[in-house]
Amino acid sequence: MEIVFILTILLYLTSAAGYLAFLYLQKKLLHRFGYCLLLAGFMCHTATIIYAFVSSGHMPVSNMHETLSLAAWTIAGMFLVTQYKFNIRILGIVAAPLVALIMIVTTLLTNEPSQTAGIYKNFWLVAHVVVIFIGEASFALACGLGVLYLIQENSIKTKKHRFFFKRLPSLDLLDSAGYVCIVVGFTMLTLGLITGFVYAKSIWGRFWSWDPKEVWSGITWLFYAALLHERLIVGWRGRRSAIMAIIGFGVLLFTFLGVNLFLEGHHKDFTKI
Amino acid sequence: MADIVLLGINHNTAPVEVRECIAFSPDESETALQSLHRNPSIKEVLLFSTCNRVEVLFVTENKSRAIESTTNFIAEYNKIPLAQFEDALYIHEGDEAVRHLFRVASSLDSMVLGEPQILGQVKDAYRVATSSKTSGVILNRLLHRAFFIAKRIRTETGIGGRAVSISYAAVELGRKIFGTLEGKTILLVGAGEMAELSVEHLIQNRVGDIYVANRTFENGVALAKRFNGKAIRFEEISGSLEFVDIIISSTGSPDFVITREQVKAVIRIRRNRPLFFIDIAVPRDIDPDVNRLTNSYVYDIDDLRGIIDENIEDRQKEAIKGERIVDEAVIHFRNWCESLEVVPTIVALRNKLDSIAEAEVKKTLQSNKIPHTSTKAIQKMVNSLINKILHDPTLFLKKNGMIGDKSLYIDTVRKLFKLDE
Repeated sequence: MEIVFILTILLYLTSAAGYLAFLYLQKKLLHRFGYCLLLAGFMCHTATIIYAFVSSGHMPVSNMHETLSLAAWTIAGMFLVTQYKFNIRILGIVAAPLVALIMIVTTLLTNEPSQTAGIYKNFWLVAHVVVIFIGEASFALACGLGVLYLIQENSIKTKKHRFFFKRLPSLDLLDSAGYVCIVVGFTMLTLGLITGFVYAKSIWGRFWSWDPKEVWSGITWLFYAALLHERLIVGWRGRRSAIMAIIGFGVLLFTFLGVNLFLEGHHKDFTKI
Repeated sequence: MADIVLLGINHNTAPVEVRECIAFSPDESETALQSLHRNPSIKEVLLFSTCNRVEVLFVTENKSRAIESTTNFIAEYNKIPLAQFEDALYIHEGDEAVRHLFRVASSLDSMVLGEPQILGQVKDAYRVATSSKTSGVILNRLLHRAFFIAKRIRTETGIGGRAVSISYAAVELGRKIFGTLEGKTILLVGAGEMAELSVEHLIQNRVGDIYVANRTFENGVALAKRFNGKAIRFEEISGSLEFVDIIISSTGSPDFVITREQVKAVIRIRRNRPLFFIDIAVPRDIDPDVNRLTNSYVYDIDDLRGIIDENIEDRQKEAIKGERIVDEAVIHFRNWCESLEVVPTIVALRNKLDSIAEAEVKKTLQSNKIPHTSTKAIQKMVNSLINKILHDPTLFLKKNGMIGDKSLYIDTVRKLFKLDE
């Protein structure tokens, strides 16, 4: 499995290289190349995750190595779906290098299973993890789309039509794809929080225990709720929406990693280095 | 050996006064072609006449005579003295003629580099030549190659890529903002040739409703009728900003017609849907500060010109790639022309038969138990068979049994035996 894991990383890396070459040379072939390699990498990655699941009998999220690997896997998966749905070729130049980077970070971390691994057999917990990861991957893509939106908007506003103007799709497409990602992410985040509450109730006997992780998850949820509310009621779109998606992802990253590294609370094993 | 010659004038060598004197209308070119073709020194001929160029392409066995009679013909047909256009005339022969045609068809030689109409015009000229039966083996092949090369250059390079006119640049920008222009509402403020042209291009992209605002309402009504739109009063512009998406302005007003405050007031009502202002007027109609508002984009005439200049530069870069493709094609075509000679055709014919015979002999010797002593006899039999078969065709090709167009016979032989593969 070690070999498949390395192969996965290599495929992701060449896919990222393919996408960067696509950005410069604008050859459709390069995009296909990047896409197919990412798909191949995703399949190998799926194999390693299934293997880890089967051999240990629980979800592979018992340490930082496994968690990041799963995060990269969901981002790759969500990208493949988004690409299929919206055909925003250029999004690959954000997604593929991001996935490759996360995977490289995982190789720097040791992969020792945690003692408390047994708890990952509970249905609510598995559902909680799966749903939250899909949500976070969607938010990551929304952030990437937000960055692309700002770049493209800037090139239109400043009337400098050199590099990016030609290569990036229309503002409307970037905006609506970002919106879809946020809606999917928010739905998943909500479901993830609900399953988390149910799990907490079944283990600790209460839904909410003011743990830093819970508090920050709540803050993240409220942030995205505000973003969607403004969009639906006032019609926030474009620039503001894009900036909010980027800030939102920052908050999310802190909830995901920052809380575990800097604050106390449960969810510790999750990011054990 | 037949020569390919192209002579003519174009926008680079002759001013419009000269060009219009010797231009051929479609009807004229048919009769002109026929009288050129009657000339014994010209075997195949094609006449190509647009507002930017007049060119005659022909295949001849007597170059100097054909050139002389063609130039005289142009002068006589159009009743202008030869001296008037002689200096502007260029004459390309052989590879240069082929290259020139390829460049013209691919729009590398056009006034607006990469403009798409030229290929259609070349095709029309070729159609006239085929219907008047003035084109033959060489020109047929040459023109088909030219169409192929032109298409290839268009798809493989960005020569026809980005907008090089104000109205196309506006459409291109609109697409980058709105994704699709379908169903977008247009407001035309004032009237002007360029503004109207832009609206026409937008209509081609299936935009939605069109509103026209003019100081004199009556003129607005007349203009609106042309675009199948609605006329509104000048005072209604403010209110209309709530529902239009693209505003094209070209009034003669000395002040801003649309100010920042006006636009700011409607942003919330519009629920932040983007607004795209195209300001073609000088002095400007739209406050440039509107560009600073969220989801509002203002492009004035200078901005659009700037884009066009950049795009032209891009096309010039792409044209270099196009030239390379043309160079390649010229070499290919030369090889084909050379193969139309008698000797290479005979050699190719013999090689083809030899290779077939060799393969068949090998098969026979392998599958049947033929004693080694017979091998030589079989080999000999096959060789004399080939010699006998080739005897008459070789004699025919060598001894000029061909009447009229030699290349036609050679081409037929090559096609009959598939020698070009």
